[in-house]
Amino acid sequence: MNRFNYLFTSTKGLILTAISLVAIETAIFQTLSGPMVEWGIRDLTVKWLGMDLNPAERAGRIIMLYHTIAMAIVAIEVYMMTSVVPMRKHEQKNINLLVTVGYIMAMVFGLAFAYWGHNFAFHGLFLVGQSLVFFSGVLLAIAFNPWKKEYYVTNKDYAHFKSGMDMERMAFFVMAVAMLISAGYGAVTGSFWANGHETFLAEDLIRDPNKTHLQKAIVGHLHIMVTLVAVSITLVVGRRLEFKGLFHKIAMPFMIVGTMVISGGVWSVVWSPNAHTFIYIGSIGVMFSALMLVIYSWKKLIHDNSIELGYDKPNIFQKLKALVHDPLKFGPTWQMVFMNFTVSGIGIFMAIKLEDIFRVWPAREERITLTGHWHILAALIATIILMYYADIAGIKGKARKWFGWVMIIGSDIAFASMTIYSMKRLFIPQEVAQQGLMNTTMLLADFGLGALLVTTAILLGWRLFDLFKGDGVWKKEAADPELKTTRTSNPVLNLKKENEFNSEGGEQ
Amino acid sequence: MKKLIYLAFVLVTFASCSTAVIINEETPSVDTGVNPDSWAVIPAGPFYYGMHALPESIDYDYEMMITDVTNLQYSNYLNEALAKETISIVDGNVMGFYPGEPFDNYKHEWEIKAGDYLHMPFTEPGCHVKMLDGKFTVDKGFENHPVVMVTWYGARAYAQFYGYRLPTEKEWAKAARGTDLRAYPWGDEINEHCTNYGSSHNALQRLYGGNISRTTPVGYFNGTTYEDFETIDNRSPYGLYDMGGNVWQWLSDDYSKVHYRYMRGGSFTNYEYNIFVWARNDAGADFYNINIGFRCARDIVKEEPVVEETETTEEVAE
Repeated sequence: MNRFNYLFTSTKGLILTAISLVAIETAIFQTLSGPMVEWGIRDLTVKWLGMDLNPAERAGRIIMLYHTIAMAIVAIEVYMMTSVVPMRKHEQKNINLLVTVGYIMAMVFGLAFAYWGHNFAFHGLFLVGQSLVFFSGVLLAIAFNPWKKEYYVTNKDYAHFKSGMDMERMAFFVMAVAMLISAGYGAVTGSFWANGHETFLAEDLIRDPNKTHLQKAIVGHLHIMVTLVAVSITLVVGRRLEFKGLFHKIAMPFMIVGTMVISGGVWSVVWSPNAHTFIYIGSIGVMFSALMLVIYSWKKLIHDNSIELGYDKPNIFQKLKALVHDPLKFGPTWQMVFMNFTVSGIGIFMAIKLEDIFRVWPAREERITLTGHWHILAALIATIILMYYADIAGIKGKARKWFGWVMIIGSDIAFASMTIYSMKRLFIPQEVAQQGLMNTTMLLADFGLGALLVTTAILLGWRLFDLFKGDGVWKKEAADPELKTTRTSNPVLNLKKENEFNSEGGEQ
Repeated sequence: MKKLIYLAFVLVTFASCSTAVIINEETPSVDTGVNPDSWAVIPAGPFYYGMHALPESIDYDYEMMITDVTNLQYSNYLNEALAKETISIVDGNVMGFYPGEPFDNYKHEWEIKAGDYLHMPFTEPGCHVKMLDGKFTVDKGFENHPVVMVTWYGARAYAQFYGYRLPTEKEWAKAARGTDLRAYPWGDEINEHCTNYGSSHNALQRLYGGNISRTTPVGYFNGTTYEDFETIDNRSPYGLYDMGGNVWQWLSDDYSKVHYRYMRGGSFTNYEYNIFVWARNDAGADFYNINIGFRCARDIVKEEPVVEETETTEEVAE
């Protein structure tokens, strides 16, 4: 397999390509806002790349930018899912091909349309790219079909229905179908507004008491898409951590029902005044399911690492040491816990205190809290993906520890600081006295994010350098392209057919 | 141990960033040459409204102050109003009567009943209007800076006292943008030489010091060079200064179901996307902040031509 085939056809190569493209996009476009403006960096970028930044089109540009990044993140998750969930090889190949062509088209032409003038051919090709991603999602949902008997569990340690139907597969299926419907919400509303280019950001509608159905659909779309991306990565991480047993059996029904209820709740925002009740109930299901994964994985990490560290009967401190021994295994679930402090908890707190606190603040400050809320969620998901990637890339020794801890500590410092910054009026009501807190939190956020970005750049730099080697890591990954995991079902055992499935028979 | 020392060092470094700030510290007086008592006429006619530049029209001429109301103007008003007893002082706050608003009992709606409401908390830091020996006065150097820490009630009371009013959102938007599609009142580009906004901190702090970014005098950005700092004339097409940046400006509109009061213009704490002529902000009518001020509008009273009745009758008869 040559380098091109590795990067564009193998699971590990495809993930590397998508992460690299997102990293390049982020590196370029982050120079257009915030302090980069007063440092003069934006002017350099705009001049150097010949961008056309019409102020009236800022909202539209931001929407396109988010979508191009989101498509790549969805693609990364698709690659992971088509590798860890048993399916036929041709299904995996077709899905990966479509999503790859789709997200790259959406990224290239979406950015070209948004930042380099209005060539409507570019806009059309951006839509073609997104359509391909959507179609790959349709194929993915079909491939996840949990009613196919060959995918019934063969190991009763995994959550299953009485018939033997795999509950985890059902959770993947429900998530995929919910994501397709939710994408449709965005597509319908996008068609309505984008055709007339009357774009707007959802955070600018928050205090409008007369939102139209289509405006509500937009707000629902963005919330549920990020939620489902989080559900998806939770399921994938669960597979990576070999989630099974009692906790798995408790978690999966909650994940299935939670995903259905939260999705239904969000869709019903358009017509129902009680939508938030369903959203809260669904959230509890999904979050409880994630809690089961956290408990299971931490127990497992303590157990496995205690053996590795030579603790026979570990005391509490030894258990703690064993838990955090491998940051790349501990990190993803820790980030899920941390998410409660900076995202879920804040969201619930805001909803409860809406009238007492937040509606008294200026809209622009409430807006900062809202945008911070989902930027942090998206960024936490990104760190989970990066830690997962570093794990499968096989980083070892000190590099593994450094990468993992910088990723965890850097992101947590940054996001905790951003949360405090956005809620500063809670702690210091008078703006005149907030400057000290603002300085410190901004500095900490810059420090944390800087550390995160430098570490990611080093990882990607290493992988780039490796590609120039004739016998580099890429060669080994090309020979062994699938993600190492245990699978919940064994279609080879069920059907007695080899070489047809992505898992080569599955490992249990 | 080494790790602990390193950790302590990092913590102390970050903690030291959190220094106290004194917003009311003296600032040099700057004469901008702009008269805050001046008004500009905004003619009736069509204009483009909002980010999507929808066609709109105002069918009457009106006037707006060419600058925000200054600390000196507001403190003079407070002295006059106090003498006429249209305001009162309660625990370091200026208070005044407001007749209340219709209540729709909508979700999240506040009920605003008739009663006394806060106009200005003049003892709070950030407020440059002070009371000395029973008279309102202004922090030295801030006389021609825009008044801040004034609630919507306080802004309305000022306007009403002199027979003016607060502008509506549409009146404000037309005054800021004129009849073309510009993004900022002065054109389509923004930088630290155009206005006092989130990216001007470094330049202005170098000139005027202070640990915190602050207001600039009204009409400061008028093409004058202060020391080595060149400013660009930021007047809108109708000659209004600071319609983008410096301080947010309270507006008069009261929309049904909510009682937020809207603001336009952005402020010295905001990045450029808040300075766009279509950017909006809002808060409760009793909210005040170091970056919120206002300016007034007034109707143009056209004098009717005096025509003698007999003459008219004769003309008709002819």
